[in-house]
Amino acid sequence: MLEGLTPTTILLDEKELNSAQDTLAKNQLPTTRMEAWKYTRVAKLGKTNYTSSEETVVSMDAYRIAADATTFVFVNGHFSEELSSDEIPAGVSISPLSACMEGEIASTNLVLEGEIFNALNTAFLTDGILIDIEAKATVEKPVQIIHVLKGEATLSNFKTIINAGDFSKAGVIQGFFAEDADKAFANVTSEISVGTNAFLTIDKIQYEAENTSHISTEQVSQENDSTFTINTITLNGGLVRNNLNIEVIGENCETNLNGAYLLKGKQHVDNHSVVDHKVPNCNSNELYKGVIDDKGTAVFNGKVFVRPDAQKINAFQSNGNVLMTDDASVNSKPELEIYADDVKCSHGSTTGQLDEEAVFYLRARGLSEKSARKLMVSAFIGDVLDKIENEDVLNFTHGLLKDRFGWDFE
Amino acid sequence: MITIKNLHASINGKEILKGLDLTVNAGEVHAIMGPNGAGKSTLASVLAGREDYEITEGSVDFDGTDLLDMDTEDRAREGLFLAFQYPVEIPGVSNINFLRTAINEIREYKGEEAMSAKEFMATVREKSALVELDPKLASRSVNEGFSGGEKKRNEIFQMAMLEPKLSILDETDSGLDIDALRIVANGVNTLKGDDNASIVITHYQRLLDYIVPDFVHVLYDGKIVKSGPKELALELEEKGYDWIKEEMTL
Ligand SMILES: Nc1ncnc2c1ncn2[C@@H]1O[C@H](COP(=O)(O)OP(=O)(O)O)[C@@H](O)[C@H]1O
Ligand SMILES: [Mg+2]
Repeated sequence: MLEGLTPTTILLDEKELNSAQDTLAKNQLPTTRMEAWKYTRVAKLGKTNYTSSEETVVSMDAYRIAADATTFVFVNGHFSEELSSDEIPAGVSISPLSACMEGEIASTNLVLEGEIFNALNTAFLTDGILIDIEAKATVEKPVQIIHVLKGEATLSNFKTIINAGDFSKAGVIQGFFAEDADKAFANVTSEISVGTNAFLTIDKIQYEAENTSHISTEQVSQENDSTFTINTITLNGGLVRNNLNIEVIGENCETNLNGAYLLKGKQHVDNHSVVDHKVPNCNSNELYKGVIDDKGTAVFNGKVFVRPDAQKINAFQSNGNVLMTDDASVNSKPELEIYADDVKCSHGSTTGQLDEEAVFYLRARGLSEKSARKLMVSAFIGDVLDKIENEDVLNFTHGLLKDRFGWDFE
Repeated sequence: MITIKNLHASINGKEILKGLDLTVNAGEVHAIMGPNGAGKSTLASVLAGREDYEITEGSVDFDGTDLLDMDTEDRAREGLFLAFQYPVEIPGVSNINFLRTAINEIREYKGEEAMSAKEFMATVREKSALVELDPKLASRSVNEGFSGGEKKRNEIFQMAMLEPKLSILDETDSGLDIDALRIVANGVNTLKGDDNASIVITHYQRLLDYIVPDFVHVLYDGKIVKSGPKELALELEEKGYDWIKEEMTL
């Protein structure tokens, strides 16, 4: 798997690199015997000989999610200066990791020991981006990170670091795309810290290809009075696994995790989230909805911990799935582990077909069966899309839905 | 308009319609009455094209076309409308958005031009006023959180929007108070014309004081067993259905 790769040249901490190498030496890829990977097979990743090739993208037209944004483009994880913005707005500093000096990249909060994809990402880090949002800065224009996979059996180990300073407010858009990519693999990590009373929103669109793989881990920590929102929209990708680990270490925080996934063909999408409430007086809301067509398979695993003494926590978690065919399937497991007594938590999971009574009703009014189903799917997934505040992201999502599914949701 | 001949239909192997005949001409209003379980809703569902039923015998001619051969949506596009006895709630699907899609798909089917947004909104205003449906309800999710009366009014609102040739109202009056009943009846009467017709399925004679039928039929055990003028409804109300049963066994 790794023969064709060269160790990273990014100036990471020596100890972390050693730890990553150590994990790679001692561990195999996870198997479905491991609880966290029970429904997601990654064996095929081990059978591919990856390279890290530098490629270029001719046109950004299909990938530019927001027209008015500070855009950084990476192809196979390599920074593309000519496709990226050269003006960076006030209140924020942005740099590719490859341009960072020794010591500029803070020590990681990722778990390296035993976590093979984090270790792989670290030891062979292609490049990444460091976004520092200054304290008290309100950054109007979103920062947009576009990542394109291109070529055959290419592996991108890509990292995003976001430090949202105290009292800052910013939005980051992440778009993952593929262009003439065959068996390509994006192995992505994000390290995100949300400072005191900061607001950070991430809109993440995954639109790679039917035979690409994508594994990402977002490691987030939230300080007092902060609000963190991430909207994950997965519309294409052969194998997609999103790990979202949120540590709420400050009081009076709000955490919003929203996800929509629409699968067809033989796509597999696995959303794993952990919200760890370590302190009292916080709210977390999680809403994930999926529509699974053809032979698609989806996994939802959402875990909420409420630690001892983390009183007055409101944690809500909901996952809904619609299966469009008999071959489509989903494994949904919302979990609460509560060690405090004065909390309000709920979780729920539904899986079903579209309401055939409603389809008949709509058809009896003259709608074609296709339109009727489309309307109902859009209504179902609309709850999640309604959470997206950035109009450009929403419009772009609608465009992708139309392109890929022929669904016009507006 | 519609000619139903010897219609037999079953569900899950159980025969419900057992040789039903009915002819409705343009400009007419027909009432179908009958006890619970007689097969009234089954008739409505079969005509609208619900796929759960198996048609074992008979034919239905709808203005020269074989109705039973058409998909549900094509029946609607040809001008058949069913006001459901139990309108479904469809969370997230906006009433007027879906109606707009419906109208434009019907127009496309007929080779007509799409309705402009302006014309559509004007029609919504006009027709929602006709059935005194709060315009806010018109734009909410289909029937979601509507009261029983609002659901029925919404059915008539949709009927007004779609201007069908033949409307079948399945117990649209049940559960309505007298004000709601008047509103619904007024809607139906206003839409009545020489080139359309209605089949009004009801349990109670009361509705027929407001929607005056040209004919009253009694549906009993899957068949029309008696037909007569509007006075038949009063007789039924007075004597109940046992009278029919007795008459049949004679
Ligand atoms: N899914 C079904 N399976 C079996 N029998 C059914 C089903 N649906 C309705 N029926 C039966 O069909 C008969 C007619 O029902 P329906 O048409 O609803 O009567 P009405 O509208 O006249 O009250 C009833 O005896 C009812 O129990
Ligand atoms: Mg009935």
